[in-house]
Amino acid sequence: MCSDPGQNMIRDAIRDKGLDAIVVGSCSPHMHERTFRNAAVSAGINPFLVEIANLREHCSWVHDDLEAATQKAIELVRMAIEKVKRDKPLTKISVPVTKRVLVIGGGIAGIQAALDTANAGYEVVLVEKEPSIGGHMSQLSETFPTLDCSQCILTPRMVEVHQHPKIKLMTYSEVVKIEGFIGNFKATIKKKARHINEDLCSGCGLCITKCPTKKKAYNSFEEDLAFRPAVYIPFPQAVPNIPVIDETICMYYKNGKCGMCVKVCDRGAIDFDQKDTMLVADIGAIIVATGFKLYNIDKKSPDSRYKGYGEYGYGKYRDVIDGLQFERIASASGPTSGEIKRPSDGKVPKKIVFIQCVGSRDDSKGISYCSKICCMYTAKHAMLYKHKVHDGEAYIFYMDIRAGGKMYEEFVRRAIEEDDVKYIRGRVSRIYEENGKYIVKGEDTIAGMPVEIDADLVVLATAMIPQDNSAALARTIGIPYDKYGFFNEAHPKLRPVESTTAGVFLAGACQSPRDIPESVAMASAAACKATILLSSDTLEREPVVAKVNEDLCAGCFYCKKVCPFGAIEVKDVKDLNGIVYKEVAYINQGVCQGCGTCTATCLSKSIELAGFNNEEIFAEIAAL
Amino acid sequence: MIYMTSMEEVIMKYGYFPGCSQTGSAKEYDISLRKVIEKLGASFDEINDWSCCGATSAHVTNHKLSSALAMRNVMLAGQQGLENMVAPCAACYNRLITSQYEIANHPEIRNETEELLSAKFEKDIKVINILELFLKIGINKITENRKRELSELKVACYYGCLLVRPAAITKFDDAEQPVSMEKIVESTGAKTVDWNYKVECCGAAHSVARRDIVVDLSKKIIEDARSHGANIMAVACPMCHTNLDMRQRAMKRAYPGHEEFPVLYLTELIGLALGMNEHELGIDLHYINYKYTDPVLDNSVIR
Repeated sequence: MCSDPGQNMIRDAIRDKGLDAIVVGSCSPHMHERTFRNAAVSAGINPFLVEIANLREHCSWVHDDLEAATQKAIELVRMAIEKVKRDKPLTKISVPVTKRVLVIGGGIAGIQAALDTANAGYEVVLVEKEPSIGGHMSQLSETFPTLDCSQCILTPRMVEVHQHPKIKLMTYSEVVKIEGFIGNFKATIKKKARHINEDLCSGCGLCITKCPTKKKAYNSFEEDLAFRPAVYIPFPQAVPNIPVIDETICMYYKNGKCGMCVKVCDRGAIDFDQKDTMLVADIGAIIVATGFKLYNIDKKSPDSRYKGYGEYGYGKYRDVIDGLQFERIASASGPTSGEIKRPSDGKVPKKIVFIQCVGSRDDSKGISYCSKICCMYTAKHAMLYKHKVHDGEAYIFYMDIRAGGKMYEEFVRRAIEEDDVKYIRGRVSRIYEENGKYIVKGEDTIAGMPVEIDADLVVLATAMIPQDNSAALARTIGIPYDKYGFFNEAHPKLRPVESTTAGVFLAGACQSPRDIPESVAMASAAACKATILLSSDTLEREPVVAKVNEDLCAGCFYCKKVCPFGAIEVKDVKDLNGIVYKEVAYINQGVCQGCGTCTATCLSKSIELAGFNNEEIFAEIAAL
Repeated sequence: MIYMTSMEEVIMKYGYFPGCSQTGSAKEYDISLRKVIEKLGASFDEINDWSCCGATSAHVTNHKLSSALAMRNVMLAGQQGLENMVAPCAACYNRLITSQYEIANHPEIRNETEELLSAKFEKDIKVINILELFLKIGINKITENRKRELSELKVACYYGCLLVRPAAITKFDDAEQPVSMEKIVESTGAKTVDWNYKVECCGAAHSVARRDIVVDLSKKIIEDARSHGANIMAVACPMCHTNLDMRQRAMKRAYPGHEEFPVLYLTELIGLALGMNEHELGIDLHYINYKYTDPVLDNSVIR
């Protein structure tokens, strides 16, 4: 029926027999509802006067008994006929579209999404919580599988974002509230006080070099391997190149004295009294690209839902570090200027053990998924180490090597064959310190033997997990998330960059562990989806939405509580004199997704879902 | 981590399940525990007609038996009107809580065990290990009642494998880097050392059939403690004590030049701080002689 000749049969029947509604007995409406509705429209029938009896998924595919199934098919068609008799013609709802995109997160995914959207001609607001954009990619030394310098390929993109006339960059800012619906969002963004006037600051950095509170705080960009003063920019290539004053350690906020930065700043850009400001922006589409963080296996970790790795002594031994810390040690701009030195005593490690799947793929510690990038970056780490310390030995404990990707497997082979990295298949059970060495006890499951390595440095490839506030942010925006806090896509295969909330798109590692090429590809895809949405002046919505009968509504607002899309508002009903005499529920038709939850919840039966009203549903049941 | 004693209710009456070792090879553990508890103002109500907990020989040969034996004792505690029971032996403790865990999570094991014992498990009895016991009583009580400060002692606290593992069942302290015994030992005035082998295996029941394994493993434990500056070790398990104390003789044969290292039960250490002497606490029953007033070992006396 869905083929062209089949559709023609429908059109002919409508014309020849003068039909005013049709029932199609076919597969699921998920597949071909649109096809049959279009066929009906071309023959002059309202598309909502087409009903589909699902004879495939609901009947033929699931039953063996031919006769009973045939009987069921007849009944399904009869039900659809009773419903279509009562169907009313509906017209699509049209809503205006604000042509501006909000991108949340300024890592590589957010940068790519912002640039693509802006280059398509739409305005972009890019919000980043840190003082600079760049995200985790700016921390990396080199990138797999090409070993090109991460900063060198990222910095031009960061600068482009900063200089783009269509992009409004808001760093050190956070999204605190999202209201409205597709095409018509209202975003409230908190701009945290930098205590530096951004318009006056020239980025000379004199305040940073003169600040007397050196070594008071760990430098989080350097993964706590270095210190920073109270006034700082996270890294030299930061965009924007404007420092931030850390109130918690600045002497001025402690005792009102010092003010060295004020004295040295010839532009008068220091503003100790600056306050957080709120900004409200009208937004048409949202791209969420908040990225990831590393699973902190330190015992002090706030990730109490995961069990730590006390057996690896992370947080206890300074030379047991994680992947991002190793990136900083290997980075030419890092705390060791790119020389591989261990944190405890600055010695060059002659033997390094890398352990993969720390946290990942370990149900007993609370994370079942594969973090995807660790096999590749561990091979890269071992390679970088061997390129810098020629007489060093690198061992990698792995469970499997998952190197699916263009040039990925070749990259791992190169580590093994050309750089002589020793791969040991097995897990490590314990690490302890002995005379400055770290004794790594593990198992070689291929040889079937326990192994013991006295390493100078141990690098743990810890799992990628969502940012701390991901669940809270998901609730703010109104998008679903999984048990780990990763955001959920609308369909894992066919709608990978859309959330189930219309107008909200996803990019990068906020959705699941991803590497750079994938994050960039997703970001471009999300930008593409957002620009499709913004390309028309008005937006057509399905008219299958709920409506409240205000005379019957008792104002209990159970519907408001259950609505997963926040579509229900409180509306005042006034008498002739303009005095409010009751409150009723009001459904915003732009936000309503037609799920019917409110209809089922409503105690006074005052909510009806267009296309699925009570009369229609009861008629269907009565026909059984 | 659970050592916020101040927030927990201080209980002073405890059900007591000694376990078989406490009546034989670890008699001094029983003696010292009872004396220390009394000094701290707590009391024990021994479970009448207690039996084997179902560990080792039972649980390697017959799971039903090991579960039934453990639950029999738990059931007896309930019948006696107790709400908790202290199992000082790490193996008993582990066996008892593991059975409770299995019964709580597997209805078929519960049914089977109830059938075997012709009883229904209704009362929830909290099984307490030796560390939890002192934390519940309150380590401040040890400090308050201290007659002398064991400040020359540098103690390696040895937990062994069963006291804090598996984490999902014990739900007590950190399974890989536990610290609760250190807290207790420090309340006696003694120092503790940070060392690597506190949760490693001592060889346990291999002591009987494969003494060579036990000697190797226990030697490593002792040497690691020594190299991290310890001059004494505290243990909380009769099996560990057997391997670490009695097997030092075999260690001497396997490792010529092995220097004796004193290994005390945690309760004996506390007893010393509370002013009791070695004889009262049963320390003189150990293979490796130890006298508090003489921190340097007297190698000439070997029982």
